[in-house]
Amino acid sequence: MNFDVVPSSWYLILSALLFSLGVIGFLIKRSLITVFMSIELMLNAVNLSFVTFAHDWHAVKGQIFVFFVMMVAAAEAAVGLAIIISIFRARATLNVDQIDLMKL
Amino acid sequence: MHLVLFLIFAAFCLAGAINLLLQSHPINSALSLIVVMSSLAVLYLLLGAEFLAAAQIIVYAGAVMVLFTFVVMLLNVGEEEKTHGSRVAKVIGFPAVAVILGVVATIVLETQKHLAGVSLSDGVTTTQDLSRVLFHELLLPFELTSVLILIAILGAVALARKEGHS
Repeated sequence: MNFDVVPSSWYLILSALLFSLGVIGFLIKRSLITVFMSIELMLNAVNLSFVTFAHDWHAVKGQIFVFFVMMVAAAEAAVGLAIIISIFRARATLNVDQIDLMKL
Repeated sequence: MHLVLFLIFAAFCLAGAINLLLQSHPINSALSLIVVMSSLAVLYLLLGAEFLAAAQIIVYAGAVMVLFTFVVMLLNVGEEEKTHGSRVAKVIGFPAVAVILGVVATIVLETQKHLAGVSLSDGVTTTQDLSRVLFHELLLPFELTSVLILIAILGAVALARKEGHS
């Protein structure tokens, strides 16, 4: 067995597994902040498959796409956490079962 | 050598992600997410993306996760309450996850022969290559993200501000 070459498909399978774990976390976690972390996990999983394909096809643009995803994710994290803070101020809870109305 | 490194850090990634699901305190989940993100940075390096590996550490494992831990500590979030969970998630959600994973894994394994392998001798995509494309062909989207980030900062400040303080 050649120890220096890893098939690209292994990276893609790892990415799919991480994405599924993110979806499961999104479904089973009851704390708003952990649900948000699961979303970040899904974003990271997709980034991994972008980088794998960029490597496979020698395309630099795939890596630039990941760069843009990172920037959007950073902006999204700042706004999302601000929303979580204002929800906590209004409801005094972060349990998603008790946050089921759109209005504050 | 590449195989060994891949297996070690893929195992770290999966272990961190599973630990994120098992922990009931958000701060423990946040710390396992940092493990996942740092191991992903190593995997990016193995794939020859040196700039993205550094950006992953600085932006994700650094900035984003500091924001998360900061909010967890600011709100003094306790242990998560165990409730029965949503019925829709059980009926539709988990089968859908299984189907997505099954379909993606099947497609990847079917098309495996069209994909090349990854080895350490493939060379790296330098920051120079990346910036040449970014600043020649994609300058407008790059400049537009600065507007996006400005709006995000304003939105975060407006949302997190206490009511009554203007």
